Amino acid sequence: MQGIYFDNNATTRVDEAVVEVMLPYFTEQFGNPSSMHSFGNKVGLAIKKARMQVQELLGAELDSEVIFTSCGTESDSTAILSALKAQPERKEIITTNVEHPAILTLCSWLEKDGYKVHYLKVDGKGRLDLSEYKKLLTDQVAVVSVMWANNETGTFFPVVEMAEMAHAVGAMFHTDAVQAVGKVPMNLKDTMIDMLSVSGHKLHAPKGIGVLYLKRGTRFRPLLRGGHQERGRRAGTENSTSIVGLGKAAEMAMEAMTFENTEVARLRNKLEAGILAKVPRAFVTGDPSNRLPNTSNIAFEFIEGEAILLLLNKFGIAASSGSACTSGSLEPSHVMRAMGIPYTAAHGTVRFSLSRYSTEAEVERVIQVVPEIIAQLRKLSPYWDGDAPKAEPEKAFAPTYA
Amino acid sequence: MWDYSEKVKEHFFQPRNAGVLEGANGVGDVGSISCGDALRLMLKVEPDTDVILAANFQTFGCGSAIASSSALTEMVIGKTLDEALKVSNQDIADYLDGLPPEKMHCSVMGREALQAAVANYRGEVWSDDHEEGALVCKCFAIDAVLIEDTIRANNLTTVQDVTNYTKAGGGCSSCHEGIEEILVKVMVERGETFKPSAAAQEQEEAKPAGMTNLQRIRKIEAVLDAVRPQLKRDGGDIELVDVEGKTIYVNMKGACSGCQMEALTLQGIQQKLMDELKEFIKIVPTKAGALSRASCHP
Ligand SMILES: Cc1ncc(COP(=O)(O)O)c(C=O)c1O
Repeated sequence: MQGIYFDNNATTRVDEAVVEVMLPYFTEQFGNPSSMHSFGNKVGLAIKKARMQVQELLGAELDSEVIFTSCGTESDSTAILSALKAQPERKEIITTNVEHPAILTLCSWLEKDGYKVHYLKVDGKGRLDLSEYKKLLTDQVAVVSVMWANNETGTFFPVVEMAEMAHAVGAMFHTDAVQAVGKVPMNLKDTMIDMLSVSGHKLHAPKGIGVLYLKRGTRFRPLLRGGHQERGRRAGTENSTSIVGLGKAAEMAMEAMTFENTEVARLRNKLEAGILAKVPRAFVTGDPSNRLPNTSNIAFEFIEGEAILLLLNKFGIAASSGSACTSGSLEPSHVMRAMGIPYTAAHGTVRFSLSRYSTEAEVERVIQVVPEIIAQLRKLSPYWDGDAPKAEPEKAFAPTYA
Repeated sequence: MWDYSEKVKEHFFQPRNAGVLEGANGVGDVGSISCGDALRLMLKVEPDTDVILAANFQTFGCGSAIASSSALTEMVIGKTLDEALKVSNQDIADYLDGLPPEKMHCSVMGREALQAAVANYRGEVWSDDHEEGALVCKCFAIDAVLIEDTIRANNLTTVQDVTNYTKAGGGCSSCHEGIEEILVKVMVERGETFKPSAAAQEQEEAKPAGMTNLQRIRKIEAVLDAVRPQLKRDGGDIELVDVEGKTIYVNMKGACSGCQMEALTLQGIQQKLMDELKEFIKIVPTKAGALSRASCHP
C-alpha cells in the first residue's frame, strides 16, 4: 500500500526478514515443542533461540526470565494480578494517571474488589513528582506499575529510580515498557525492575505476541494455569511462529538501536520543527527533552483531531489523535487531561510516530500538507477569524454547554 | 476508523454553508461539554414570513460534527422557523444515511444549535435540558445517564428491566456488565443490593387507571390488526392468545415464526403496544409458536 505511515506507536509493519524466519514454522516445523519426537524438538530449539534474542534486547540476566505471552495487555494483567495474589496482606497499588488502558482499566476494576489504587499526577509536561510518590510508598503497597514511555507523548518516566524506591518498602515494581522496548537501550540485570511488559507488534514483530520479563526470584502466581509451558508460568501451547518472529525482531531492534536514537530522532525533530514553523497556535505536548526518539505529539488549537486525521488520510498520511471522537469515548485523551491541556487544544492533538522505515521525503511531504489542512479546518472553526484566532477566542465563542 | 457513509464523507470534505454569515439575525452557540465539540449556527430569517433565507455554520468538532452541521444548514434553508424546528436528530442522521451510534451526539448538537438560534432570533433565552453520558449500549445508542435516570425513576432491579424500559442491552448483550454496574450503583443509593439472579420486575398493577379489561384487550387487538397486513405480506400472521397482567401471549404463524426476524418483529410490536397502552408490557410467543420454531430452520 502506498502512503505515509506515521502511526508506529499504534502498531508497526512486520519486517520482511521477520516474516521469512517465521514461515517454516507454519508448515514444515509445525510440531508441538512439548512433543518427544523430532517434529517438536526443532521448534523447541527455535523458541529457545528467540528467548535468548529477547533476553539480549532487554539486558536480562537469564533467558528463563523471559515469559512469552499473547500480548502486552496480558503481560500487564499477569504482572499486577500476580503481585496481588502473591502478597495478599498488601492491598495497595501505585500507578500513574497516564498509563495505558491495559493498566488503568484493570486498576479501576481492582478498586471494586477493595484494593486501594493511588494514581500519581503529572505536571503540564507529563512529568511525575517523585516526592508525591515517596509519600505513598508504604508496606501496604503490593506493586507499583509505572510505564517506561508514554504511548501518546513518548515522555519517559524514571522507572529505574522508582524501582529502587519501591524496593525500599518491599513493594514489587512493574513497568509497561511496550513503547520503550526496541527504542531505548535496556540493561534490566542492573536494575531493580521486577516485571516488565513487551508487545511484539510495536517492534516490527507480529500482533498477538508479548513478553513478560520476570526477574529471577520475584514471587509469581500465573494467570493461566494448565500445561507446563513457559515453566508452568504461562500455560497454553506456544505461539511458536510468532515467538520465532519476535526473536528475530528483537535481534534487529538491537542492531537498529543507534539508528533509532540518531537518524529517526533527527527525522522526528525535522518534522516537528517544520510543522511548528508553519502553523501558528500549535505546540508540542509532553516533555520534548525526555522522550522516545520517534514520537511527536502536537496540539493544534481550536480544531478537532478526528477532522485532521480524516483530511490527512485523504493525502495518504496515517497518524493518530487524542481527540475524544477518535476513540468513541466522549472524553479527550486522559493523558492530555492529566497534563491540564485545555479542551480546545486537547481535542486537536495529533501524534506522529515514526519508525526506522520512515524517510526524509515522507517527512517533507507531511510538513508540506499539514499546514494546509490545519488552515482549512480553522476556516470552519468558530474560534477562528481569517488567518488568526479571534481576540480572546474563549470569550468570542462561549457556547451553552450541555 | 469510523465507518462513515459516503454522504457523511461528502459533507465533511465539501461542507455546505460553512463560515460566517453576514447579516445573520439568529445565532445559536451550543456545545457538548462531555465531548468538547461546539457549533455556531447562523440564520438569516425573513421577518415577514419567518422563512430561513440563509443558514451558515462554524464547527469545532469531528468529521461527523462538521457533516451534520453542513447537513442541517441544507435541511433548514427555505423552511419557516416552525417547520425547521420539526427537524429531529434522527432526521439529520437519516439525511446523512446514518451515523455510527457513538456519533449520534453530533446530530443532537445540531438540533440544539437550531433551537438556540431560533430562540435568539425570537428574543428568547434557550436553555438546554439534555444531559449526555458515556455510551453504554452501542446497538441502540443508549447512554449511561438515560439508563441511570430510568433505573431511578422506575426502581428497576435487573438488566432485563433496563432492556425492557430503555432497549439498552437488548442487542448483542456485551454491555450487560456496564448495565449491572449502573444498577449496583443506583441500588446502593436506595439501600438495596443488586442480585444477578433476581427476576425482572413484575408490576402488580395490571390495568392502568381509566381502562377496563375489555377496552384494554380491544386496544391490543387493534394494534395487532394494524401490523397484520404487513406480516401477511411476508407470509406470516399473529394472533392474540391471552393477556395476563403485563404479559401478552401471542401466536406467531407462518413465515414469521422462528425466522431471524421474529425477535425483531416482536420487539417492534411490543413497542407499538407500549406506545398505545401507555404502560409497560411484555409480549411472549406461546408454546405453539415455540414448537413450530424448533422445526423451522432457515
Ligand atoms: C503503553 C502500552 N501498553 C500496552 C499496550 C497494549 O499492547 P497489546 O496491544 O499488545 O495488548 C499498548 C499498545 O497499544 C501500549 O501502547
